[in-house]
Amino acid sequence: MAEQLYQRDVYGKTLVELGRQNKDIVVLDADLSSSTRTGLFAKEFPERFFNFGVAEQNMMASAAGLAACGKTVFVSTFAIFASGRAWDQVRNSICYNNFNVKIVATHAGISVGPDGASHQALEDIALMRVIPNMNIIVPCDGPQTADAVKAAAGNKGPFYIRLGRPKVPTLDKKDVFKFGQAQVLTEGNDIAIFACGIMVAEALIAVENLMKKGVKARLVNMHTLRPVDTKTILDAARDTRGIIACEEHTIIGGLASSIDEVVSESCPTRVIRLGIKNRFGQSGDPGDLLKEYKLTSLDIEKAALGLFSSRK
Amino acid sequence: MNYTEEKIKDLEGKAKKIRRLIVQMIAKAGSGHPGGSLSSTDLVTALFFSVLRHDPKNPGWPDRDRFHMSKGHCCPLWYAVLSSCGYFPEEKLMTLRQFGSLLQGHPDRRTPGIESASGSLGQGLSIGLGMSLAARIDNKDYRVYVLTGDGEIQEGNIWEAAMAASHYKCENLCAILDYNGFQIDGKTCNVMDLEPIVDKWRSFGWNTIEIDGHNMKEILSAYEEAGKAKGRPSIIIARTIKGKGVSFMENICDFHGRAPTKEEEGKALKELE
Repeated sequence: MAEQLYQRDVYGKTLVELGRQNKDIVVLDADLSSSTRTGLFAKEFPERFFNFGVAEQNMMASAAGLAACGKTVFVSTFAIFASGRAWDQVRNSICYNNFNVKIVATHAGISVGPDGASHQALEDIALMRVIPNMNIIVPCDGPQTADAVKAAAGNKGPFYIRLGRPKVPTLDKKDVFKFGQAQVLTEGNDIAIFACGIMVAEALIAVENLMKKGVKARLVNMHTLRPVDTKTILDAARDTRGIIACEEHTIIGGLASSIDEVVSESCPTRVIRLGIKNRFGQSGDPGDLLKEYKLTSLDIEKAALGLFSSRK
Repeated sequence: MNYTEEKIKDLEGKAKKIRRLIVQMIAKAGSGHPGGSLSSTDLVTALFFSVLRHDPKNPGWPDRDRFHMSKGHCCPLWYAVLSSCGYFPEEKLMTLRQFGSLLQGHPDRRTPGIESASGSLGQGLSIGLGMSLAARIDNKDYRVYVLTGDGEIQEGNIWEAAMAASHYKCENLCAILDYNGFQIDGKTCNVMDLEPIVDKWRSFGWNTIEIDGHNMKEILSAYEEAGKAKGRPSIIIARTIKGKGVSFMENICDFHGRAPTKEEEGKALKELE
């Protein structure tokens, strides 16, 4: 059984580590520091932590002001508020200025579970992806969360890092994390599966089952959604019968769209989109919700077999 | 507080020159916002030429005071003041709003002396709050000034920032409210009334200073008083006249966002001689 970690725990610990190394790191939160785990940083560096209360717009624009004075600002709240509530501040005060503001949004996707639709950000990648200068990372597990946070701290400009609420299994990855470069987790030329976030673990199970049925799937962990790794997408489009995109997000504007945009321009191929299809979420256990929204390993396997049996 | 007549005269002369530049820039550009630029002119001129600790030859000086124009549509004023201080040559002013210009239709960091973009209203007080907190972290004594419009404070983000600046006791933060009483659709009291404006800011925990925003002595003494605030941010609530200095623009809502014609420009410049 693989190790299971909360991405948020890793985030909080990594922030403390970075805070010890760099005195210009400042952290902001909007009354969710115990959930996002920025509270760990607040405890060790109270002079560099500011709680903004339930006021995300002010928090985002203030982050811009801090960044204008040379700070590297990590800003956290739930993904629904980080991306939607304060979108104009993120666009005009952060991204337009190309400031060093790193938005680390937790509780993204349908796997938020019991809180229901109002708290399940299913559109956040789409909202962030359309803004110039924004970089986006959706890490697949605990250790990769640390990599993502360090990459955001070490690279100039705004970042959006999307984290989930539940524990996720730590996955075997033969390659080290490189910002902007997708990770090929399994080799295969029959079909390709691209996934991000918690969907990578689901996809990995599907790949193992497909292997038993004689289908060799190339599994790509698309942790960086901006800038998009066009080479890895085009390689898959050329080498396989088609691509399956798996994301805990609307099929409009997220991972699937990123792939569509690349292949339609340079190497048209079939792209099957597994994601949320024009629906809001609802309350429930994350496992039941993944079933309801057809995002389990079985759904991926079924789509893969369908794609494999179709003609190139 | 005593300011010499000479100093007041000098600032009034500079403000008149800035007003001339604003009229010329906007007329040349063919679009822009003269009304609010002219109503804030005395406030911003006094700040840059007599209050602000800055060095146009060294715009990145870490100890500089910060200024941010949250009402970004009044950037012709900001540009005219920055060029008069020496941040960039005056001839650049006449490229306002043109393709490839340093001077965008709303503030942008490509302009020397501008630290943050603005234009989408209501965000600038938060930017100033962030700058104020940065000074605290770095143990620096610089001050932060933010110019806001009156219509602008209808934005909810302003009040989020007002609450937080008070909570964090940002005594180095000074907001300047250009209260000219007009917004695009008419008088603020008819569109969305701001009164009782002083009570609102006071109840949010701010040090409030009310002045005539066209009286240089009152302006200078307001900045001085704001500088002495302890444990709370200050706001200078400046009663102003939209379009101040050009008789046919004064209190005329239409000139919020309309450029003067060639003929109007000539008349305005004559009045500003």
